[in-house]
Amino acid sequence: MQLNNYVGFFRIILTLIGAMCLRIAPWPGEMAAFNPDWVLLVLVYWSLALPDRVGIFHAWTFGLLTDVLTGRLLGQYALAYSLVIYICLKLHKRLRQFPFLQQGLFVFFCLLLSQLLLFFIKNLQHPAQLHASFWLPVFTGTLAWPLVYGVLSFIGLSQRIK
Amino acid sequence: MIPLRTTLSFFVDPLKYLVDLPTVLVDQAADSVSSYRTLKMENERLREDQLIHQTRLLKFEALEKENIRLRALLENSFKLGEQVLVAELLSVNMAPYEHIVVVNKGTRFGVHPQQPVLDANGVVGQVFRALPFTSEIMLITDPNHAIPVQVNRNGLLTIAVGSGQLNRLVLPFLPSNADIRPGDLLITSGLGGTFPQGYPVAVVDEFTSQPNKAFATITATPKALLDRNRELMIVWSKSTPVPLISKPTANEAETRTDAVK
Repeated sequence: MQLNNYVGFFRIILTLIGAMCLRIAPWPGEMAAFNPDWVLLVLVYWSLALPDRVGIFHAWTFGLLTDVLTGRLLGQYALAYSLVIYICLKLHKRLRQFPFLQQGLFVFFCLLLSQLLLFFIKNLQHPAQLHASFWLPVFTGTLAWPLVYGVLSFIGLSQRIK
Repeated sequence: MIPLRTTLSFFVDPLKYLVDLPTVLVDQAADSVSSYRTLKMENERLREDQLIHQTRLLKFEALEKENIRLRALLENSFKLGEQVLVAELLSVNMAPYEHIVVVNKGTRFGVHPQQPVLDANGVVGQVFRALPFTSEIMLITDPNHAIPVQVNRNGLLTIAVGSGQLNRLVLPFLPSNADIRPGDLLITSGLGGTFPQGYPVAVVDEFTSQPNKAFATITATPKALLDRNRELMIVWSKSTPVPLISKPTANEAETRTDAVK
């Protein structure tokens, strides 16, 4: 059981590292605006699937690493991710009963909340004028959710969101 | 906060190299399969280029000396000698709506923030943040970037601001009657101290003045190939100006005082 826990831990960390690589992967030209927030999607999946294993600590740590990775103000992703994952943890029992489409809707609002927080923090730094494409990752992220769900439940442990 | 970011970058920077790896491998594969003929042709072309540039440099040295002498007449200081470090772009994408690129040289090579970055054609940008293994470079076309420039033809000073598009700079601070035309070369003016003086920045491509507005709308195209170059140069300019008249040695000073006596 102990060994199994370690294997699971490394699997979770590896999927998160993979998500961070996807986060900075080069997309051709203007397509870069479509790149969804993979780290948050993976965190949401694990916090719903294994709420006793992946929690706010993981969210905060990987948020901080994402801040450094993408060169943002230190702590903005940490804050956004922690808040979203807190909500996921609070609601995970109810969400497991939801049909898949409703889960997708929930993920959409998670991504939107995170993006709103980032927008709010950006505005605090200096009044920002953002292109409409700032909101694109929310939509592409929702579309990418079935993919993330499929891949992670394939490489994941026996438990599923269900 | 900087030490924390530096520490965390030790964990995160390998990911940037990992993401860049496919591009490097493809490049190397392309290099290794290119035929003997292509290599020979490229070699010849580069040799010719080298010859041409060397000949130009001969003239340049003479001109530089002349410039120093002329500036000495004007009692003006002259900054000389710049050291460069070639850095390679990592193909990663940090934030889509900002023009910030990552290169593979960091504080371990002595890179520090606000250093100018050039390529073979002109100014690329400046170092925005230096981490141990990588550094982030803000391009001159970033909406938050402005660079002091000068029209090469008549020395008119102004500021070029990034537009957020990779092929466009904006010059918002020139009046409608300014002496500037399409085709004018803009070079760095050296004001502000970040960029050394005299490097090409952009070529003016449009000048429109509306009678009811105080300022003209001027756009320019950057000279540097911002989206196509993988090799960039990070520049160290010597902070202390070179003295124009060399200080007299002890012997000379003595003979002079003797002569006065």
